[in-house]
Amino acid sequence: MSIAVRRLLLAWIGLIALLALTVGLAFLPLGAAKPAAAYLIATAKAALVLWYFMELRREGGLPRLAAGAGFVWLSVLLVLTAADFLSRN
Amino acid sequence: MTEQAAEEPFHDTDRQEQADRLGMLVFLASEIMLFGGIFAATMALRIQHPQDYMKAASHLRLALGTANTAILLTSSLAAALAVEGARSGRSRWAARALAAACLLGTAFLAVKGYEYAGEYREGLMPGTAAAHFSGPLQRLFMDLYFLATGLHAFHVLTGIVLMLTAALNRTALHDRRAVLIGNVALYWHLVDIVWIFLFPTLYLAGVP
Repeated sequence: MSIAVRRLLLAWIGLIALLALTVGLAFLPLGAAKPAAAYLIATAKAALVLWYFMELRREGGLPRLAAGAGFVWLSVLLVLTAADFLSRN
Repeated sequence: MTEQAAEEPFHDTDRQEQADRLGMLVFLASEIMLFGGIFAATMALRIQHPQDYMKAASHLRLALGTANTAILLTSSLAAALAVEGARSGRSRWAARALAAACLLGTAFLAVKGYEYAGEYREGLMPGTAAAHFSGPLQRLFMDLYFLATGLHAFHVLTGIVLMLTAALNRTALHDRRAVLIGNVALYWHLVDIVWIFLFPTLYLAGVP
């Protein structure tokens, strides 16, 4: 098995482990931290997919910037929307 | 996309390949914004009505959602292995990995269809005669659920067709740069990433 294939398999094992972790955490009494933990794990999974499966690890700055642009603008949308709803009344 | 010689306006194939990938990544960024609106809506709903949101989400089947997450993650692995196969010159391997990714994608859609059927029977499908909701918030949640998962399922279907096309394309399978297969795989991985975030938004949110 080549190093490249082994690397992909390891990333997949990491993804499945994170899936098991996030489902397990959902049943623990974490209160308000629960959604935060779930989205933190989702972000970690997305990072694994972007870095290993989408091969951003091999890319230069420009493709990385292009891949990140959507997430950056989306975070602006989400942060400002949350700021509005959280600061009402 | 898979030709050996550079096409206008590119002087060399390296540059052309880079442009191909960059174009795909920019397109995927626009896809993120397309789904982003739905995520912003669910977030606003959850912030304003945390209890009702959880109650509405608890009607979804977590086991099926979890199974589908595992299926999609595994299909992403298959797509990544197909790229690796084409790059190392093992075209048959690449074709098989693409076929496996397509099969897993189809399995995902089958589970989704089974889920939809169950939700229809429970009267949770908006716009159907049997639909009955406990309140406007559950109605709104199910609207967003079908919008998000329906749009996502359409992307899964598109991805399957793209991967099938690549699996049947001899030029693409023998391309050591894996330009076509690489770009199709990029699309498939983004469909996977969207689901990675839909999972906590819809399914995990229903666990009390």
